[in-house]
Amino acid sequence: MSDFYGELSGELNLGSDSYTIQIKVMHELAITQNVLDIALEQAEKHNAGKVIKINLVVGEMSGVVDECVQFYFGFLSKDTIASDATLSFKRIPITAHCYDCDATSPLEEFNWVCPHCHSSNIEVVGGRELYIDSMEIE
Amino acid sequence: MEIKVLQDILSANDRIAERNRHLLDEKGVFALNLMASPGAGKTSLLLETIKRLKNRVSIAVIEADIASSLDADKISKEGVTTLQINTGGACHVDANMLNNALESISLEDTDLLILENVGNLVCPAEFTLGVDRNVMISSIPEGDDKPYKYPLMFSVANAVLVNKIDLLPYLEFDFRNFSRGVGVVNPKAALMQISCKTGDGMNEWISWLLAEMKK
Ligand SMILES: Nc1nc2c(ncn2[C@@H]2O[C@H](COP(=O)(O)OP(=O)(O)OP(=O)(O)O)[C@@H](O)[C@H]2O)c(=O)[nH]1
Ligand SMILES: [Mg+2]
Ligand SMILES: [Zn+2]
Repeated sequence: MSDFYGELSGELNLGSDSYTIQIKVMHELAITQNVLDIALEQAEKHNAGKVIKINLVVGEMSGVVDECVQFYFGFLSKDTIASDATLSFKRIPITAHCYDCDATSPLEEFNWVCPHCHSSNIEVVGGRELYIDSMEIE
Repeated sequence: MEIKVLQDILSANDRIAERNRHLLDEKGVFALNLMASPGAGKTSLLLETIKRLKNRVSIAVIEADIASSLDADKISKEGVTTLQINTGGACHVDANMLNNALESISLEDTDLLILENVGNLVCPAEFTLGVDRNVMISSIPEGDDKPYKYPLMFSVANAVLVNKIDLLPYLEFDFRNFSRGVGVVNPKAALMQISCKTGDGMNEWISWLLAEMKK
């Protein structure tokens, strides 16, 4: 995780690392709070006594760091019925449709051409996902 | 027991964004969300825009900053209504913060509302606000690879302004690579080159903005 922060501070050209870390951190905090809220709401709806697992789907474009959400979840879920829940992250790659060969395929990082025919006549169609797919409760 | 949920994680935010959209529509306010990395030129663009439009359009500005009020002070000197919101350490404005801010603005008297979002290319893109248009600034010193590194931000922008083109003689920037990247994530985005320093491209930007306000 420290590597990630290093990379980010380099890119944003910010004065200090701590500022950078704060920036990144808050984003996941909001997301994690929402995950917990939805999970608890669903659990109540189904009269569950315990949340065992939450299955999240996260597109590569969303810029969400799994470890970060995991860390906040441990902190936020304390004293709730989700405190022992595991989070599972399904990552969806950035996917594009090719207008030349009609294929839809994941893109290589920073090399945005159709992997089949190398055309750059492509458009992103997937990778923005950010939702809870399912949960295990008891 | 396994249950299907299929719920967007930020759906609570999206619901508030819808309320904002209704409120702004009802009051006839055209709202812009201005996003960019720190120092790309958000405040500079605001000032240039205000100078050119304040006699024709009634403008209000919301300045979101993690802590300081430096930008808000600059804007209010131009004589437009300026509301400063501190995001309390948060890296973005969410729909609820905007909703609270809207209560403190006299919307009846406003034609154009511009929000300067927190300087950041990641987080603000994730939170829909219910505004009419998202505008993002990417500046020459940041390099031409930004669409590839921050695709989400570019995908939500209705217009992408490349600022600081007066610096082109001193820095390398491949517009073809840049616009190809924008085209892949967001082929509909309007792409403009501007300089807040020399005023280049300002006419095109102002025309775009006025045309969008009429839509
Ligand atoms: N050369 C040049 N400098 C510019 C241009 N536009 C803005 N700047 C300078 O870039 C710096 C940052 O500009 P701001 O407008 O404050 O940027 P910002 O995006 O509002 O920054 P934050 O609010 O701190 O995130 C200032 O020193 C501006 O004078 C431009 O077109 N050309
Ligand atoms: Mg500013
Ligand atoms: Zn192809």
